[in-house]
Amino acid sequence: MKRAGFTTRWLPIMLLVPQLVIIAVFFYWPAAYAVQSSFYLQDPFGFGSTFVGIDNYTDLAGSGEYMKIARFTLVFTVLVTFFSLGLALLLAVKADNVIRGARSYRTLLMWVYAVAPPVAGFVGLIMFNQSWGPLTDLARSIGWDFKLGVNFNDTATAMVIVSVWKQVPVNFIFFLSGLQSIPKAVREAALIDNRSATGRFWDVTFPLLAPTGFFLLIINITYSLFETFGIVDVLVKGEPGNNPMTLVYKVYVDGFRGNDLGGSSAQSVVLMVLVLALTVFQFRLIERRIHYT
Amino acid sequence: MTDMTQDANVIPIRRIRWSRVLDHVILIAGSLFMLIPLLVVLQTTTTTDVETMKYGPELLLGDQFDDNLKKAMFKASGFAGENTGTSMLINSMILGLGFALGKIVIGMMAAYALVYFRLRFATFAFWLIFTTLLLPLEVRILPSYEIAQQLGLLNTYTGLIVPLIASATATFFFRQYFRSVPEELVEAARIDGAGPVKFFIDILVPLSQTMIAAMFIIMFVFGWNQYLWPTMITTDEDMYTLVRGIKQITQDLEGTNIPEYGRANMLALIAILPPVVVVIFFQSWFVKGLTESDK
Repeated sequence: MKRAGFTTRWLPIMLLVPQLVIIAVFFYWPAAYAVQSSFYLQDPFGFGSTFVGIDNYTDLAGSGEYMKIARFTLVFTVLVTFFSLGLALLLAVKADNVIRGARSYRTLLMWVYAVAPPVAGFVGLIMFNQSWGPLTDLARSIGWDFKLGVNFNDTATAMVIVSVWKQVPVNFIFFLSGLQSIPKAVREAALIDNRSATGRFWDVTFPLLAPTGFFLLIINITYSLFETFGIVDVLVKGEPGNNPMTLVYKVYVDGFRGNDLGGSSAQSVVLMVLVLALTVFQFRLIERRIHYT
Repeated sequence: MTDMTQDANVIPIRRIRWSRVLDHVILIAGSLFMLIPLLVVLQTTTTTDVETMKYGPELLLGDQFDDNLKKAMFKASGFAGENTGTSMLINSMILGLGFALGKIVIGMMAAYALVYFRLRFATFAFWLIFTTLLLPLEVRILPSYEIAQQLGLLNTYTGLIVPLIASATATFFFRQYFRSVPEELVEAARIDGAGPVKFFIDILVPLSQTMIAAMFIIMFVFGWNQYLWPTMITTDEDMYTLVRGIKQITQDLEGTNIPEYGRANMLALIAILPPVVVVIFFQSWFVKGLTESDK
């Protein structure tokens, strides 16, 4: 708030009302509703519900299927985060090095940012088409009979590749802007001290990029957990069956298809707690970043 | 860089710098990794479906682009026959523009109230608004759907757009920006007799033009690309957006007859192009908005 603020009474309230009404109706109400329904068992035909305490949660903890999906989500998140951060960092460092064609490279490496996740999934279906997909052909040429949507591991591989393809641009943009904000004096000093480019990268550039990296780490974990929904949905063609799925997809399948509002809400609450923990962690990192730079 | 390490007595010979070549090789490989899938989709929009089925994607473009475009824009695939490419394109535009506009107007208003006014409950309002940054729509999707249903918002543009606005990203961004605007400005305006409304419209909004543009691009892309919420809220085919319709489009890739590769790929291309063009065309604003809003 500015020191020299206006003192009108009614105007700020009028200005805040639209925002507050929308978040009350479409944020707080649903969030509270999710927490509430997670303690109830809904009649499958919609005739009322019974209070069941924490049964929905204990059911989750005892469900082998849920634990399997949780494990897959963990592996998926680690792989997507690692590869999209690694690739993006490599490309950003190289793009920061070159002068000729720098603009073209930047454009070519970031346009995928604007592709919607389910459309990225569609592109994946084309690339992994069973009969003529270029990547299926590539896999076959090394003796890997790739079967998207049939073989669990093959589908999971496709999910990781498509998710990485979609996420590299965001990381690239942030890493490149992080690199370009390193002062010229620091770079020159490093150049005098250390002749090896690799050495310079690990001793100077990498630590200076660490704050950006931590920030992106959280962004990438959130992306892998939530935003990949569209990719998963399209790649499994809406048929979970024996296919890999993530926790968010399970919330959707149980709640929307299986009509299990209680179980699905309990899963939502578990995810809410997870996101809250991540966000608190992120805020603490940002605080530290202020001291850092 | 090499200039500093070269011996001054030796006549400089133009050598190939292998590390520089390697940089370009890696960048070209990365660019191809990003670009090839798009080229594959593009190629299959220019050939007949039979050809695609027989040979797969080829190196040269065919001449069926017009034909596939016609099929994509005017032929419907659903049960009701209402989800033509044209209708989905219009819906995507409405969602993208409506979302961006709504988010910016509401966000700017709220941010203005929070930064420039002395309010007793300002801190409380601030926390109410910014808690929404913590939980993505995906984790409260089912209850949101139930509530939208109770309010009779299924298959309406209001139901499609308004619940998506229920997060404070734009508000947060504009709050940060307004706080960086020099304090003297508001003092000067007050001395000149400008009221809060006049100050907002005549000074603050014009001052924020670049920021508004950057936000608009990011929000347009974000709105256009929404999938989960439109999937739940729109069940009538004439309300489908391109992105929401993509799963139905993928069904064209299968089936017992010849799959409609040309039409499906063309629709995917139409879903990809508008946000991509916007991002490429307004690249510097977009990058600035993205990297500064998340700080």
